[in-house]
Amino acid sequence: MDSSKLLGITTFIYLFSSVVYLALFIFRMKKLGLLATVITIIGLLVQTAGIGMRWLESYQMGIGHAPLSNMYESLVFFSWSIVLLYLVIEFIYKNKIIGAFAVPFAFASMAYASLSTEFSSRINPLVPALQSNWLIAHVFTCFIGYAAFAVACGTGIMYLVKLRDKGDSPDSLLATLPPLKVIDDITHKIILFGFIWLSGGIISGAVWANSAWGTYWSWDPKETWSLITWFIYASALHARFTRGWGGKRIAWISILGFMAVIFTYYGVNFLLSGLHSYGAS
Amino acid sequence: MKKKNNKLWDFFTSVKLALFCFFTLAIASILGTFIPQNESPDAYIQRYGAKTAEIFRLLDITDMYNSWWFISLLSLFSINLIVCSIDRLPTVWKLVTMDNLATKVDRLAKMATRMRFSSSKPVQDVVTGVEQTLKSSGWKPSRRDVEGGTLLFAQKTPWVRFGVYIVHLSILVIFAGAIIGSLFGSKGSIMVREKTYTPYYFEWGSPEKVPLGFDLRVDNFSLTYYDTGTPKEFRSDLVVIDDGQEVLRKSIVVNDPLDYKGYTFYQASYQAYDEYLVTIQNQNNGASKIFLAQPGKELKWHEAGINFGIINLLPPDPWGRYRLKIWFADNKGDPSVFWLDGETSVTVERPDNAYVFKSKQMFATGLQVAKDPGVWPVYIGCILMLLGLVVAFFLSHKRLWVYIYNEESKTKFLVAGSSNKNKVGFQNMFDTLIEKFEEDETLQLSKE
Ligand code: HEM
Repeated sequence: MDSSKLLGITTFIYLFSSVVYLALFIFRMKKLGLLATVITIIGLLVQTAGIGMRWLESYQMGIGHAPLSNMYESLVFFSWSIVLLYLVIEFIYKNKIIGAFAVPFAFASMAYASLSTEFSSRINPLVPALQSNWLIAHVFTCFIGYAAFAVACGTGIMYLVKLRDKGDSPDSLLATLPPLKVIDDITHKIILFGFIWLSGGIISGAVWANSAWGTYWSWDPKETWSLITWFIYASALHARFTRGWGGKRIAWISILGFMAVIFTYYGVNFLLSGLHSYGAS
Repeated sequence: MKKKNNKLWDFFTSVKLALFCFFTLAIASILGTFIPQNESPDAYIQRYGAKTAEIFRLLDITDMYNSWWFISLLSLFSINLIVCSIDRLPTVWKLVTMDNLATKVDRLAKMATRMRFSSSKPVQDVVTGVEQTLKSSGWKPSRRDVEGGTLLFAQKTPWVRFGVYIVHLSILVIFAGAIIGSLFGSKGSIMVREKTYTPYYFEWGSPEKVPLGFDLRVDNFSLTYYDTGTPKEFRSDLVVIDDGQEVLRKSIVVNDPLDYKGYTFYQASYQAYDEYLVTIQNQNNGASKIFLAQPGKELKWHEAGINFGIINLLPPDPWGRYRLKIWFADNKGDPSVFWLDGETSVTVERPDNAYVFKSKQMFATGLQVAKDPGVWPVYIGCILMLLGLVVAFFLSHKRLWVYIYNEESKTKFLVAGSSNKNKVGFQNMFDTLIEKFEEDETLQLSKE
């Protein structure tokens, strides 16, 4: 069994798990609840093994490095973080419907990583600039933050969907979603969590840049976009804390913020040029 | 207070202004990522046309992040942050240091989290018992006799209310570091050939030599490749010579620079020459000498009576492998002609001596030079920010009051509490505490 096989299987498990969570929500098949969780946990374990194997394989090839060094590996890690984070949320809130809004992100990320022709899944040696522990810290922190924002985007969408619930029938599809107040609270908490990791990600990136180039901040497009993303979430925090924003507006900001995340992560590599040559491989 | 009526003050304390700053900074930054920065004037004319290029120039859009208006925006943002924090800090200070035992008991009866009991024990016994239970649950209660009974108070982590202010302060510290860096720092670069030294560097965008105040010597530069042909490592062996003394030696690679007297030297680039450093060692007496050899040029080692030269070469392939064909004579017998294979050494037997030859391609290493006294403030700001965020988001200031008093010759017991965040978590903790009180035989509590 090699890592690429394990990660391929993971993609299918997450597809299956997304379908089951959606069925759970759309057809109100409560009995599927346990199945959905079990499948997702299995998926996470297989993926963890896959990531671990990949790490080992890189050492066997004599070019050992943590599997966080290119676009493919970061997408895999992104998906892993989403699922882990989601499972923790499911455990804390005892609510499985959120899965229908979170696990599909993990599947999409894995599917994109394996199917896209833009970047290869080969294990490549690291060029000198990438040989740094700060790089590992940087990718690790950023992607946990991004995963949190993906889940927050999911719960934000969930909030907007729930808004259409007129409350006329207790067994309607939308009535099975958690109450608005609860969704709002979850979204807010996840944004707080993501904000800390994003801050850590920007900081570790700055430290890395300083140790490699002697400049901690150079306004390169990727840095700038991560700062823009940070501003968006900072404004969400302030608007909520001091102006009492909540509900619909925060839900929209969680979606807008995640779009900025995707642009930072993906758009910048292909539309703008900069230092982060890393993403192009 | 006077400042409350001050329009300007109000303007700068408003969070609306903060949201405006976030928004405009974000929009402006986006602009700067789509319009390439710091290119030549012609490049803009070519890409956008003369008119647009002129507007860009007038608005400093071509060096946007250093433009007067972007810096003004950042200043506005900082003033907003400072004034807002000054405005609110006194209130927070009071909240943290206030005398909670002076809290009016009728306020306790209105708190969202509260519980009432009565007990058949005298007030004194109940007070002692409650104190015991609180202490065993990690609270440190204080006590005061108030009208009709005794008030106990305990709190956890009141200082977390400063968390937000630590975050705000951290941003100012980072800005301060950035300003120090731009006022007193310097960035530049220098190319140094192997076996030579430099006493200066060039500041970016300037042809002037800036003296370092010491000499930096490059003993060796090496370049290694992976099997695939991608570079694996750039390494320069540097020596700092200060006041004629060798004071520091370090082999630097990308991501691991050398620091000396406020300057940091980074491995940034290199240049390969069509020249080779050839080392010859006399096996009989151990004498050796390094020559800079260019293909086709004859070299002499006078003291040893040696002539040699590179008469042919296979230039470096993508892995840096090359071969040199050497012609060599030492006045005894016929000259030797042999191949030197890259950096592997070759021993040449002569009639009454042997010489070891070693070669290496000649490089110059490209060093980035940075002096930035603002880096430490920036890093301290970053650490403060992360600590502040954790405190502001995940810790809460919890307060707990217990009022024990006598009413109609019965002992009454009122517990109330509040937390500035995580109300759900606080309620759970409160419930657990109540259970402890109820289980305590010595208190003899019954619900009201
Ligand atoms: C990038 C800059 C900023 C960051 C990262 C930041 C961060 C934060 C954080 C994390 C909180 C706590 C929110 C919560 O607990 O949910 C907060 C609260 C707050 N911020 Fe900022 N802030 C920034 C700029 C500003 C500015 C410019 C102002 C100017 C008015 C401001 C005013 C406030 C206020 C009034 C609060 C509420 C404090 C309280 O009453 O507890 N912030 N900020």
